[in-house]
Amino acid sequence: MTTLQVDVWRGAQSGRYQRFEVPREANQTVLDVVTYIQRRLDATLAYRFACRVGMCGSCAMTVNGVARWTCRTHVSKVAHGGRVEIGPLANLPVIKDLATDMREFFDKWARAKGSLAPTATRRDDFARVPPDSPARAAATAGIECIGCGVCYASCDVVAWNPDYLGPAALNRAWTLANDVRDGARVERLRAVAGDAGCHACHTHMSCTERCPKAIAPTASIAGLKRATALAALKGEL
Amino acid sequence: MTARTQTNLWIAQRASAAVLALCVVVHLVVIVYAMRGGLSAAEILGRTRGNFGWLAFYGVFVLAAAVHAPIGLRAIAMEWLGWRGRSLSIALHLVALALAVLGLRAVWAVFAP
Repeated sequence: MTTLQVDVWRGAQSGRYQRFEVPREANQTVLDVVTYIQRRLDATLAYRFACRVGMCGSCAMTVNGVARWTCRTHVSKVAHGGRVEIGPLANLPVIKDLATDMREFFDKWARAKGSLAPTATRRDDFARVPPDSPARAAATAGIECIGCGVCYASCDVVAWNPDYLGPAALNRAWTLANDVRDGARVERLRAVAGDAGCHACHTHMSCTERCPKAIAPTASIAGLKRATALAALKGEL
Repeated sequence: MTARTQTNLWIAQRASAAVLALCVVVHLVVIVYAMRGGLSAAEILGRTRGNFGWLAFYGVFVLAAAVHAPIGLRAIAMEWLGWRGRSLSIALHLVALALAVLGLRAVWAVFAP
């Protein structure tokens, strides 16, 4: 039986990598490896997961230096020479081992006004949104975000500017800016404009490169740049 | 600084970048074209002195650079040096002023007879 050498981050913000030997299995995912360690080798290992099928967005970690969703990342894709290094997501405080504190990540969604501001009441009819309208197409492009934090951990601007809202929150704001049912467009554009918002993006595209759902937050942020610039020129901002 | 002002800075930087892109291309093409058979300082001055076209072109070039560069430096100062606030704003206004004054002085020097 072949084994995999796994270096796993132990500790909080400061700590060290601990070596484990894990049996190699066919179709093994990185999450399988972490779960094996926690159940068979060291029950004190802290990590986070829920659905195991790429829906919930809770199992993202840094695998060989790259942020990935571990439940859908096969070991065969990332293990070089029978070794793999697994750490917590970057750009977030580490609580313990592989579990990060994601409060700031989600607080920034709220700061970017990432919730719908409804304009209709229960007495109104359903909104009819043509699927092929440009606004609906723009919203559809970004709507499948699972909030895993891979983009946020991969973003250079987040690392340099702690106030920056980040790719996920801005992508969410862009989907809502294209939602015809929403009534807070100008307030949201105001919330995502400027140094902490879309204008800080340098278009490095790490978020787009690494998003496991193949969303392009860079394109959403570019959309916000256009929309906020237009609003500023019209004097709405 | 309000988000609106920050957005206006972004618009100013993009607009000045568009101007600079055109100016740099014209500038380089003219250099390569004019230098084919060699060129002396006296010949250059002979073409630029009293020429309002070149005065306007390089005047716009300098002003676009004076707008564009400080806004880019602002992002670098904030991200790499953690420098923010009033002192940064003052420093960047001085950079803009220096670029504009030194650049326009040079433009005037090759225009004035």
